[in-house]
Parts: sequence; structure tokens; C-alpha cells
Amino acid sequence: MDEAIKMKAENVNFFYGKTQALKDVSLDIHAHSVTAIIGPSGCGKSTFIRLLNRMNDLIPHAQLIGRVYLDCQDVFSHAADPVELRRRVGMVFQKPNPFPKSIFENIAYGLHVNNIKDKDFVETRVIESLKKAALWEEVRHRLHESALKLSGGQQQRLCIARCLAVSPEVILFDEPCASLDPISTAKIEELILELKKEYTIVIVTHNMQQAARVADYTAFFLLGELIEFNKTQELFTAPKDKRTEAYITGRFG
Amino acid sequence: MYIKEKIYRWIFTVLAFSSFVFLVGIIIVLFRESLPLFQKVRLFDFLLGRFWYPTYDPPEFGILPLILASVWVTCGALCVCVPLGIGSALFLNELATPGQRAVLKPLIEILASIPSIVYGFFGMVVLAPFLQQLLHIPVGLCAFSASLILGIMAVPTVCSIAEDALSYVPRSFREASFAVGANRWQTLTKVVIPAAGSGISTAIILGISRAIGETMTVLMVAGGAAVIPTSFFMPVRPMTAAIAAEMGEAPMGGLHYRALFSIALILFLITFLFNIIAELVSRRFRLKLGLAQ
Ligand SMILES: Nc1ncnc2c1ncn2[C@@H]1O[C@H](COP(=O)(O)OP(=O)(O)OP(=O)(O)O)[C@@H](O)[C@H]1O
Ligand SMILES: [Mg+2]
Repeated sequence: MDEAIKMKAENVNFFYGKTQALKDVSLDIHAHSVTAIIGPSGCGKSTFIRLLNRMNDLIPHAQLIGRVYLDCQDVFSHAADPVELRRRVGMVFQKPNPFPKSIFENIAYGLHVNNIKDKDFVETRVIESLKKAALWEEVRHRLHESALKLSGGQQQRLCIARCLAVSPEVILFDEPCASLDPISTAKIEELILELKKEYTIVIVTHNMQQAARVADYTAFFLLGELIEFNKTQELFTAPKDKRTEAYITGRFG
Repeated sequence: MYIKEKIYRWIFTVLAFSSFVFLVGIIIVLFRESLPLFQKVRLFDFLLGRFWYPTYDPPEFGILPLILASVWVTCGALCVCVPLGIGSALFLNELATPGQRAVLKPLIEILASIPSIVYGFFGMVVLAPFLQQLLHIPVGLCAFSASLILGIMAVPTVCSIAEDALSYVPRSFREASFAVGANRWQTLTKVVIPAAGSGISTAIILGISRAIGETMTVLMVAGGAAVIPTSFFMPVRPMTAAIAAEMGEAPMGGLHYRALFSIALILFLITFLFNIIAELVSRRFRLKLGLAQ
């Protein structure tokens, strides 16, 4: 496995107005691996991964101290373009959020906004993305129907396909299975394992079995602090910190 | 206790249904007072007749000039209220800082609370003479002035409904768009506005029905000539203005009186139709965004 560092957070502190949501977090995200982020509700997991593609830029009065790197480039420097960053670092959200457009248009959207107009190319890319997201067989005959007619699990895979279409390097998942049934969840997990061959993946999850199943590395957050970060297997079998142990054995959180 | 509750229930039911009773009552009166006209005047001649000379002998009851005047003035008003109303809605929703919002939103709502006679007065005393001088037109009280004033009056309707529609667009749509590398402008034009599209159409339709039904202002500002308009700078007499100006002098039960009621009936049907369309469109909008139960 390629052990290069794809993204890196360095002494990150993040504030919503006066409340501090992240405290001095430093974390390396390894290329072509799955990094899971776990921790109790409100501990800053979403805040952290939304920093990685600058989604938090849209929040008024938010402030960042610290650095985030993508391939050794500071993504918050003045020269960095958030729009370009978000193309390279895609995101799949907790609730499936397809646009009220057709399945095809949903996936082609990312290409259109990035000024890719060539029809054949767009079509090929749409099909390719649907195949990678394991949705092609289910929708191949209804590409021009509304995406909102799909089931929740299908919608989430559509969102993954939409994300893949712009060929990102990193994909951020914020509790992608939170609103899905066990079968859809299993499909998404399988997909994540498949995708990590090509992409670098960060996933926030409340489900510790899920983290154990899909992640190579796991980070445990508590009250805005990164308590422990290690290979998943080690973190779950031999946690170094008492609080990690308490959390993964279900004694709080 | 039980009886008391029953009484309350009964009172509120009656109150709620009273508007239904009023509606039916109005419709009955409109039909009863207007229909006898068509024993004397053919519907075709009434709707498409080119001459409105209700007091001549013999009288002519062609309301085409009035209908066209309403159409012109309403279209003119749309050209004002659509860009202004939707532009302000977009600004309020997308660009305004919370401070600007806190100032602008109430200001626009105040526009809606100004009585129409005040708008009419303003049009007569300030706008019409000003336009007359500025554009070197023969009369300031014309379709153009009326359109401007009506348009401004309809801005709050259009703006507040369009703004609601925009704010109903879930944040998750915007986030999804940003997450694939769309910029703000692309997100607005390709995701937010299409998603709010039918809500924005509702805003425009209700703006139309607001403009078409407005009476006092057009009575004061449109100029009042019942001729078929050929230019925006001609004085015109929209349907509402004709009713308001002539009802007082038309002998009750006479043909003129019935003709005015027929105009009212047609106005009622037009605005009714527009409101139904608006309702259907906005229902589709709520369905599309998954807001309807
Ligand atoms: N937009 C915001 N404005 C102000 N405070 C916020 C905002 N978003 C999050 N917070 C606060 O920041 C802290 C971290 O929130 P965050 O959403 O990152 O937690 P989380 O770990 O993702 O929780 P969950 O598991 O419930 O999703 C919380 O205390 C939350 O109240
Ligand atoms: Mg979260």
C-alpha cells in the first residue's frame, strides 16, 4: 500500500464565533487508505472533515487557526482556490442530497460546472461513474428520470457517483449511512473498500463496527480534541488512552 | 366543560366557513347583476367591441379598449416588478449581510402597507409631471406612468413570495453543488433558481393578479381615455378604473350598470384563474422539494 501522506492537518483550531470546535488537531491522512473519524456527537467530526474541502468557508464568523495541506500545498493560503480544492476533494453528505434533476443531469452537473462540455465525454464519464458507484445496473434504463424517485440507498450511491464524476483525489464521507437501512449500508461499505484503491477516503461514522470494517486508520475525537489516532486494528484492540477505551467499549458517548 | 368546548368548536367553524359564504355571495351577485346585459348585447360584441360609449344614444358596450388597457398596464408593471422583486429576493437571500437584511426586509414590507391612494397621489403629483418633462410627452398621466407605479406596488408581493421560495431550497442542494466544485454564481443559476423556479413563477403570477386588480392607482394615474392603446404614452382606461369611475353615474339596473358588473365579473374570473394557476404551480414546487405531505 502506498503510504504517502495525501492530506495533513497541522495544529488546527477552529472557532464558530467564540465557541471553539477544534483544539489543536494534527492528523495525517494516508493516500489510498480509509481513515475513519469516530467520537461522540458534537465532538467536532463534521467540523474537521468540512475543513478538508473548505466547506466551512460558507459559515459566517467562523475562524481557523492552523494549516491544512493537500499534497503539501496549503489549502487555506491566499493563492489557493476553494473551488479547485473542492473538485479535488469531493464530499458525500449524511443525508443523500441529489438535485431535483434527472439521474443523468445529477452526475453531469459537476462536469458542466467545470466547463467540460464535450457530449460524448460527459456521457462516458456519467456511465463510468455510475458503474464505479455500483448503481449502473439499477438505473441504466432510467437515466432521464428524476433522481428523487430513487430509494434512499440508491440516492446515496448516486451522490457518490456525482462526486466521482469530477475525478476527485480525496473523498470525504460524513456519516454516509446514517439514514440508510443495513442492506444499503453494506453496499456502501463494500463500495468504499472498492474505491480506496483509486481514491483517498475519510469517513465520519458513529458506528464503530463500521469503522472497524472499512477503515485502515481511525481517529478518535472528544470535545474538539484528537485523543488518539492509529491503525484501526491497534486502536480497537489496544487503545492507548483510557478515554478511547471507554468510548469503544461503549462506556460513554 | 364538554359543552363549552363544543360551542367554541362551533363558533370557529362558522367563522372559518364565513369566507366561503362571502365568496359564494359575491359570485351570485356578480352573475345576477351582469347576466341580463347579454339579452341586449351579444357577448362577442361586448368582449371584442372596439368602442366603449356607455352614455351615448345608442350606447356602445365594447370593452376591448378597457381589456387592452389592463393588459398593457399589467405587462408594463411586470417589467418593473419582476426584475425589482426577484432581484431584491435574490439579493436578500444570497448576498445580503444579516444587517442589510434586517433593514431591507421591513422596508420592502412597508411598501406593501402604503395605501394605494397614496401611490396614486404620488403618481399624479410627482411622477406624471416629471415624466412629462423628462420624456417630452403630451400627457404624463398615461399607461407608462401607471405601469411604473403599479410595478412598484407589486414589488413586495413578488419579492416576499420569491424570497420564501428561495429560502425553501434546502441548504443541502447548495452544499452538494459547492462540493463538486461549482462557484457561487453557478450554484445560484443552475441549482437554486431552478429548484425555486415554480415558487418564483407563483410570485410572478400573484404579482400579475395584484397589478390587474389594482383600482385606485390606475384610476388616478392611467389617464382615463377609453380608446384602444397604441403606445405606452397614451392615456388609457383599464377595467378597474372604468368600473370605479362610472359606477356612481350609471343608473342602477340600467344597461351601463349591468355592463360595469360584467366587467367586474370578467376581472374576477381572470384573477381567480391566476390564483388557481399560482396555487397549482406552488403545489408542484412543494412536491418537487419534498415539502408537501
Ligand atoms: N454552524 C455552526 N455554528 C455554531 N456552532 C456550530 C456550528 N456547527 C457546529 N457547531 C458546534 O461545533 C461543535 C462540533 O460540531 P460538529 O458538527 O463538528 O460535531 P459532530 O462531531 O459532527 O457531531 P455529530 O456526530 O452530532 O454530527 C458542536 O458543539 C456544535 O454545536
Ligand atoms: Mg456531524
